[in-house]
Amino acid sequence: MQLSNTDRRTFLKTTGQFLIGFNLFPLLNCSPAEKDPSIFHAYSGIPERPHGGRELIDSWIRLDAEGHVTVLTGKKELGQGIRTALIQIAADELEVDIQRCHIINGDTGQTANEGYTSGSNSIEGSGKAIREAAAEAKLFLLQLASTKLECSLEDLNLSDGTIKGLRNKKTSYWELLDGQYYEKTISGEAPILDHKRHQYVGKPIPRADILELVKGKAHFVQDLRFPDIVHARVLHPPTYGARLLSIDKVKVEALPGVLGLFVDGSFIAVIAEREFQAVKAWEKLKEATIWEKPTINPLPDRLFADMRSKDQKPEIIEENKNTTSQINQSPIRLKSTYERPYHMHGSAGPSCALAKWEDEKLTVWSPTQGVYPLQSTLADLFQVELTNIRCIGVPGSGCYGHNGADDVSAEAALIAKAFPEKTIRLQWMREDEHQWEPYGSAMIMELEAGINKEGMIQAWDSKIWSDSHSTRPRGDAGHFISARHLENPFEFKKGGFSGGAYRNAIPLYDIPVLNLKLFNYDGPLRSSALRGLGAYANIFALESFIDELAEASDMDPFTFRINNLKDERAIAVLEELKSKTNWNAMGRSGNKGYGIAFAKYKNTAAYFALMAEVEKDPLEKAFRLTRMVGVIEAGQCINPDGIINQTEGGMIQSASWTLMEAVKYDEHGVLSKDWNSYPIMRTNDIPEVQVYVINRPDLPPLGAGEAAQGPVAAAIANAVFDCTGTRIRELPITAEKIYW
Amino acid sequence: MKKPLELRVNGAVKTVEVDPEEPLLYVLREEFGLNGPKYGCGLHQCGSCLVLVDGEASYTCRIPCASFEGKKIQSIEGLSNGDKLHVLQEAFFEAQAAQCGYCVNGMMVAALELLEGNPNPNEQEIRSALNRVICRCGTHSRFIKAVKKAASSTSNL
Repeated sequence: MQLSNTDRRTFLKTTGQFLIGFNLFPLLNCSPAEKDPSIFHAYSGIPERPHGGRELIDSWIRLDAEGHVTVLTGKKELGQGIRTALIQIAADELEVDIQRCHIINGDTGQTANEGYTSGSNSIEGSGKAIREAAAEAKLFLLQLASTKLECSLEDLNLSDGTIKGLRNKKTSYWELLDGQYYEKTISGEAPILDHKRHQYVGKPIPRADILELVKGKAHFVQDLRFPDIVHARVLHPPTYGARLLSIDKVKVEALPGVLGLFVDGSFIAVIAEREFQAVKAWEKLKEATIWEKPTINPLPDRLFADMRSKDQKPEIIEENKNTTSQINQSPIRLKSTYERPYHMHGSAGPSCALAKWEDEKLTVWSPTQGVYPLQSTLADLFQVELTNIRCIGVPGSGCYGHNGADDVSAEAALIAKAFPEKTIRLQWMREDEHQWEPYGSAMIMELEAGINKEGMIQAWDSKIWSDSHSTRPRGDAGHFISARHLENPFEFKKGGFSGGAYRNAIPLYDIPVLNLKLFNYDGPLRSSALRGLGAYANIFALESFIDELAEASDMDPFTFRINNLKDERAIAVLEELKSKTNWNAMGRSGNKGYGIAFAKYKNTAAYFALMAEVEKDPLEKAFRLTRMVGVIEAGQCINPDGIINQTEGGMIQSASWTLMEAVKYDEHGVLSKDWNSYPIMRTNDIPEVQVYVINRPDLPPLGAGEAAQGPVAAAIANAVFDCTGTRIRELPITAEKIYW
Repeated sequence: MKKPLELRVNGAVKTVEVDPEEPLLYVLREEFGLNGPKYGCGLHQCGSCLVLVDGEASYTCRIPCASFEGKKIQSIEGLSNGDKLHVLQEAFFEAQAAQCGYCVNGMMVAALELLEGNPNPNEQEIRSALNRVICRCGTHSRFIKAVKKAASSTSNL
């Protein structure tokens, strides 16, 4: 965003004042003992202003005269530890003490536009930009130093921002800058520091925000407080497409604390002085409204048949005219079909956002994964210029995906428009989040392959049926559910089919010929990006099928996979897993079974291999997932503990989807409205988890956050087969589906 | 409707003017400025809103605040002593036991109740104690590790 100076001043004047009273720029502390902060001057934050373009150094890195470094990123902290990882990268590249570094994430008023924080792209994208900006800043400062100290660049010696030249002359970053503003662009030519000289990258630097969390400090958007705050609740329609017929406003307006009702078409909101008063009013609204309710079709028992029955032309993703004949000529041929139900994000905290309209300008404090896409979609909703809207990203309750965060932000903004000059705090109720978040789409994967007598795959054919895996708002207001409920509704144009649905459907295995067809399906439930998108189900199918092929070839699952792979790094993670699990010598008692799976996420990001162990209890006709061991390789590892934390989490989250989860609904709407009707894994259910990291510091870092999702599902299915002899191809994998 | 109510939170007694029917959670967040206890489900299913009440982990999202009068209410905000962290806080930080962190409050309160009655719990006892708290990022194994670490710490709880 390019603003004139006048615009910039106005912008700062009208939005900057809201930040008072909440620390959005936490100091990075590295130990619970809290190092003596007096060695550095107190950090008061940088002056707020919009960034001047991605190519400028100061869009990513700013240094002040007091010795602080501020890192700016368009990516959001989702619990993946991105703040710490990016600070590690910046501190190393600038060769400064990490204690000097601070970070600002996702704020249209300050940071660069980096779209959504998704697809495990943050380290590969933002990390690279910050590294290059820091290298460029360092080079520029060293050039200034060389002039000032009257010596060549080679004669300079840099340590924590202090630069020594010849004859004991010295200066520092901070002295050289002296508070001046230099507009410098990133040429991409500044040398990147050799990884052998890294002080922080590759080390398990603890996340400082966890220290704040355990003390109960304000951290979440839910914790933001302003003097003019009022509390809102939205009564969502009872089901998709329901229309409000009548509302008895008087009943609700008479309740204590209620400040107002806002009804626009079928969008209904209430604001109250206190949060609980808004909750009471929300409950009363349920009795005070009458709706016209359409029914949902098809119902779960017909869903997969309906997917296949639509007579439509598939998208051809990959085609080789020899595939079918190659399969038919192969001595061993297999065909299997796999299904995945709708899965829920299920954030522990229902989505929450704050919004305020003042002087025709809107500020939204949002847990969105993309402040800029949110800003542009709000501009469409209100038909105003982008410059009138500021979206400030604040951490929310996590899940990794498109939950209710964007919707709640738009709703808070709609309510704020109706009640200007107040800060509206809207939090969804549990049933709002469960019923209205967009789910991970149900899918069918039909796979067919031929292998030769040596166990080498000759040809592969995949067909996928799926709804969209991305309906995130990207400028069209119809992507907000609330916008569809207004008197003058915005149309929802789905789009966003394709990409996500066939993510990881092309095997990384070395296969001479293959076909991949995608049948786009407009399903009965709202769907969008859930961690890994289509990769979860595609890898479940692909890696289950690989096990079936190995079984048909009478080969060990490790050997079969390794023989069919050419990628050395893929083979290395499998070899490491085999060694860590002591696969060949593993004791196999009668009731235990083991399965493995592998994938390179998106075929471009991290490599991950996993072994799952299950134990059956034939008398009880039950089984348990008892252990998971994973090996991950994500190129240069920025923070090993961060990667392990996210991978352990991905393993447990995916195990929960795989073993326990399916969104329930009937013709009247979604039935999974709480944690009893949509149970997820809890501490009693989780297996023992171990994660090993292969670090390749000489290679570029690869996105790691979603690598575990798919392999977990397949490894569990393969272990259940090993243990019970039942091949389960329809998720979730439950004991009732096993032939005991 | 509103009534004066005396509540003892983290060692301090304060009189607040609130609707006695209002669940404690909202009073703790709005009158006492606490962030630890959070709204998660309003149904006693997820544990986000837990605080210690007379040493027992209690839900706060439905139970009227008036019924907490005369009881000792403790939240994670009251754990550290100045700059000195409580052993459980230290253990959670050292184990880096959080991703998004929304459930950390519930996990810690459930652990505090456990450790108070059972300073040396085994793994199954820890699992059972934390089972009432929902976590979506899959950080469970780290919470278990953190509670073990706190239990084995030589410091007194």
